[in-house]
Amino acid sequence: MEAFTTHTGRAVPLRRSNVDTDQIIPAVWLKQVSRTGFEKGLFSAWREDPAFVLNDPVHEGASILVSGPDFGTGSSREHAVWALQQYGFRVVIAARFGDIFRNNSTKMGLLPVVLPAGVVEALQSAVEADPTLEITVDLGERQVRWAGEIAGFEIDDYTRWRLMEGLDDIGLTLRNADAVAVYENGRQPWLPTTV
Amino acid sequence: MGRTLAEKVWEQHVVRRADGEPDLLYIDLHLIHEVTSPQAFDGLRMAGRPVRRPELTIATEDHNVPTLLGPIKDPVSRTQVETLRKNCAEFGVRLHPMGDAGQGVVHIIGPQFGLTQPGMTIVCGDSHTSTHGAFGGIAFGIGTSEVEHVLATQTLPAYRPRTMAIEVSGELPAGVTAKDLILAIIAKIGTGGGQGYIVEYRGEAIRELSMEGRMTVCNMSIEAGARAGMIAPDETTFDYLKGRPHAPAGADWDAAVEYWKSLTTDEDAVFDTVVEIDATTLTPFVTWGTNPGQGAPLGSAVPAPQDTDDPAAAERALEYMGLTAGTPLRDVAVDTVFVGSCTNGRLEDLRAVAEVLRGRQVVTRTLIVPGSMLVKLQAEQEGLHEVFKAAGAEWREAGCSMCLGMNPDTLAPGERSASTSNRNFEGRQGKGGRTHLVSPQVAAATAVTGKLTAPADLV
Ligand code: SF4
Repeated sequence: MEAFTTHTGRAVPLRRSNVDTDQIIPAVWLKQVSRTGFEKGLFSAWREDPAFVLNDPVHEGASILVSGPDFGTGSSREHAVWALQQYGFRVVIAARFGDIFRNNSTKMGLLPVVLPAGVVEALQSAVEADPTLEITVDLGERQVRWAGEIAGFEIDDYTRWRLMEGLDDIGLTLRNADAVAVYENGRQPWLPTTV
Repeated sequence: MGRTLAEKVWEQHVVRRADGEPDLLYIDLHLIHEVTSPQAFDGLRMAGRPVRRPELTIATEDHNVPTLLGPIKDPVSRTQVETLRKNCAEFGVRLHPMGDAGQGVVHIIGPQFGLTQPGMTIVCGDSHTSTHGAFGGIAFGIGTSEVEHVLATQTLPAYRPRTMAIEVSGELPAGVTAKDLILAIIAKIGTGGGQGYIVEYRGEAIRELSMEGRMTVCNMSIEAGARAGMIAPDETTFDYLKGRPHAPAGADWDAAVEYWKSLTTDEDAVFDTVVEIDATTLTPFVTWGTNPGQGAPLGSAVPAPQDTDDPAAAERALEYMGLTAGTPLRDVAVDTVFVGSCTNGRLEDLRAVAEVLRGRQVVTRTLIVPGSMLVKLQAEQEGLHEVFKAAGAEWREAGCSMCLGMNPDTLAPGERSASTSNRNFEGRQGKGGRTHLVSPQVAAATAVTGKLTAPADLV
């Protein structure tokens, strides 16, 4: 996983609520067995509309997505995270996220930032007024900063540490392989196996 | 202080707990399908890691499979299914491929084999894993990174969600189903209402539900934002499990049942949130919008955006759905009816549909898709397929089918469906398709009239 410490970039304001993962990447794109090439599928249905915000050239190269509430609801497809990252996003800011999407993001190093709905809207308006606005997302300080404004956000210490170090979760768990073996010896004898 | 059911099951599975870290949770059963696993197996291969417990893992092919006999025509879909086969062979995982008697939608086959049992932790790279919570375990959907994590370690690091009780008092009126109940719950608490919670469904109406109905309710927990939904096990649960291929037998059965009976929320336990629903006031419920929270009683009309919680979203949804505020929902004409999916693709659902279709004719394209090959076999033994065919409906092979646009069963742009599946998202059933979520009973009656209809409306 790519480490995330602090990131400065421009943003895209996505004024929609309930952006489900079927919109982020429609099912037809999920058939690939590789981990690359998903940027083409990002919002592919919505991108057919020339007026869709991602098609606006002023937002070209933006790396922060500022969305309405309940971003990433629905399907567990991690392809949604891959598509956002491969398109160039490092951060998604919203008032609320789907739980599985948020989990998937932190496994991959895409930072989901929860800010109050009013702050998200203010940020969207600021970007609409000036698309060149530079926004800094500072994970160490747990802050989003732009044009003299500062908004703090919460993230648990463990996830923050893992993101900042870019640590592989499986490697961390394998350090506790002994505890897993001990647990396994005490499992109830009637629990099913698939053999 | 007493503990909730969720807390009991969680505590039973904590492998390791440390200050400032998520709990390391043991996973009793890992379900796999072709869509969310290829990159996970690749990860194992690159790191030179084996699957830690292949005998706690089971795989099926469901999302991509065509429901008409014959090979997969789409080369990309075919590669994905073949990749699953190769991975399962290489890593020693049991697989039920297309055409196998055990094949079916991943959330239908677990319970059917008796692999889904009370008190277990179950995960799958699929958000509707919440279905399995109907047996009183903790079951939730995960992404591909977590699939790889479970394959490699049989554990997951996770923070325990908060607990929510949804208390459903009274009995469901005749003609009102588990599907209507869960659609009404989602409309009430919203698509984000369950975020961060494990939901326990409780109360008289829940106790009265069959296991199939309980699975329908738990299945759609994720549509209210909750990763997991659960129902305390009882005699209904034990009766369902007894004698299934992977259920305990003999002395193990007795020991298991004794333990399962302890899996209830203690009287003095406290939930973080409680939601109350009066079952007696419910009527058949359908969705009008593009998320499962945008629903209303069938007897009502398409709402005006300003009368909803999120007017901007409602306005967009009505535009996408091609609906006008104020139109009675019973006047909405559909082109296609889909019966199936992990929400309503079980035998009980098919029986309910047959009851409505017996001696009647459908006027829409009607796809009836069993959730598994076993459901198909059982339905055919009862002669349900004859009823469907006589009514003019199509009887298909098992798979996810029109629940999502990944296989040949899709809606055309602008085409409108009444569907027993779980998601009415834009394009979910095919690009530009318009979906109304309904119960199997409403689906069947709608197929007969061509407009959203409940069986009680039929003469
Ligand atoms: S039936 Fe639908 S919701 Fe269920 S697993 Fe298949 S695609 Fe997912």
